[in-house]
Amino acid sequence: MTTTAAPLDVTALRADFPILSRTVRDGKRLVYLDSGATSQRPTQVLDAEKAFLQQHNAAVHRGAHQLAEEATDAYEGARQRIADFVGADFGELVFTKNATEGFNLVAYAMGNAATSGPEAARFVVGPGDEIVVTEMEHHANLVPWQQLAARTGATLKWFKLTPDGRLDLSDVDSVITPRAKVVAFTHQSNVTGVINPVDVLVAAAQKVGALTVLDACQSVPHSPVNFRKLGVDFASFSGHKMLGPSGIGVLYGRRELLEALPPFITGGSMIELVKMEGSTFAPPPQRFEAGSPMTSQAVGLGAAVDYLSVVGMERINAHEHALTVAALEGLSSVKGVRLIGPSDAVNRGGAVPFEIEGVHPHDAGQVLDSLGIAVRVGHHCAWPLHRCLNAQSSVRATFYLYNTLDEVDALVDGVREAQKFFGVA
Amino acid sequence: MQLQQMYQEIILDHYKNPHGRGLRDPFDAESFQVNPTCGDEVTLRVKLDGEIVSDVSYDGQGCSISQASTSVLTDLVVGKPVGEAFKKMDAFVELMQSRGQIEPDEDVLEDGIAFAGVSKYPARVKCALLGWMAFKDAVARSQGAA
Repeated sequence: MTTTAAPLDVTALRADFPILSRTVRDGKRLVYLDSGATSQRPTQVLDAEKAFLQQHNAAVHRGAHQLAEEATDAYEGARQRIADFVGADFGELVFTKNATEGFNLVAYAMGNAATSGPEAARFVVGPGDEIVVTEMEHHANLVPWQQLAARTGATLKWFKLTPDGRLDLSDVDSVITPRAKVVAFTHQSNVTGVINPVDVLVAAAQKVGALTVLDACQSVPHSPVNFRKLGVDFASFSGHKMLGPSGIGVLYGRRELLEALPPFITGGSMIELVKMEGSTFAPPPQRFEAGSPMTSQAVGLGAAVDYLSVVGMERINAHEHALTVAALEGLSSVKGVRLIGPSDAVNRGGAVPFEIEGVHPHDAGQVLDSLGIAVRVGHHCAWPLHRCLNAQSSVRATFYLYNTLDEVDALVDGVREAQKFFGVA
Repeated sequence: MQLQQMYQEIILDHYKNPHGRGLRDPFDAESFQVNPTCGDEVTLRVKLDGEIVSDVSYDGQGCSISQASTSVLTDLVVGKPVGEAFKKMDAFVELMQSRGQIEPDEDVLEDGIAFAGVSKYPARVKCALLGWMAFKDAVARSQGAA
């Protein structure tokens, strides 16, 4: 990773995140290495949410009063800025409650295609069709596809992993065949940080006319991402992993696809005309935003992309890369530590999972917690990946723009402490 | 250090030298339990001799808390009538849900009292109860089959 931009001034930037200066567990300095699960929010995001609620709060897309107009402008203005951030058009972004809902939206809408009009025919999945996923998926981009296959009689297929945790792409054409209707895969693994070659998978899917669905939860917050350039058909990501609020996710869909896709959740706001005998539906994105939507969350996420844009995604990416390299070096210097996934930082984001011989991950996490170090332990919603890599579970450290090399050192020292505590050093 | 309050010596001893570990025959029923948040698992077998728990054997993968509490479980219930074993289970569950607010009865829970510190960490309570949930399920299956 090379960049000509100046490195981040992390000290200055950390001042924007009040939570990072609190202490935990009897006065220990907080070392937050769990941004892969959820990131912390800068005051700029919190202030934007508060200002919206104190000055402009109203239900959007309804009401004729001034507040309704301002709230709608704030909501749709956020959509525009988020669209710009990920290389999409305004009408190609749907707000969801989280990224998981985005994947379910596509999977359920495809399930509904069989009973929808002729324009939805391209989404119909049935017996003889194949749905392709990978063994490294987060459960959010796996279980909805298993369920779609179960409901429709389609067959689920998947790419396997190499021993170091990358996608085995040695025989792409045998996995993505002309029977494939959907290819769903992650941009960047939430466990190992592995970045997949989107171009290879998109080309293979396009060759057979299959739709592509990208899990962008771990890529959009940490690197410059442009969905149009990537050429994917759908992508889903969440607000809370990119300095934004929880309770909001974003689904991207290419315009012509969203226009033909049947709805998933139905009700108010998403209709065009309602009669007792039946209803017609609004164009996207409203067709996919039934009911009163989240508003301060959309505004907060808009502020988060503003914040990230000012800092610069290239710089953030370079900073996290340096932390990842340091963590891989530091952890592999500790006897008894086994890195899970690749041992290098090539095509890899800021996630480092590992095991400590003789110390269960849950116990390691407890020792680290007692030192103020917050990591994730368990299978991180990617059980099949852990099985592939012969790990029952793992300790995972993830990095973001506000983490420092000192914190990487604290992690490595903490691992040694855990070994000492359990008598395996 | 807080850590020592949680990981009492007794817990670490049971973890390193578990009692009754390994799946044995004969048995009346077996239960497999998993903690879906971390993937920890235990398979536990029960042999009943009338009303008496004559053997409990188990195998599993998990953290020190889940493995040690299952080891303590075998000490507490083997050779006891089912009713008494369940009373001990209820006392242990109550202790684990107490957030450190209960003074455990050593006469009832023996080594199990060492888990009082664990109850202050809500995320670890499930770990401590994993083996006990398997025991409860296996006894119910044994009695259902009888």
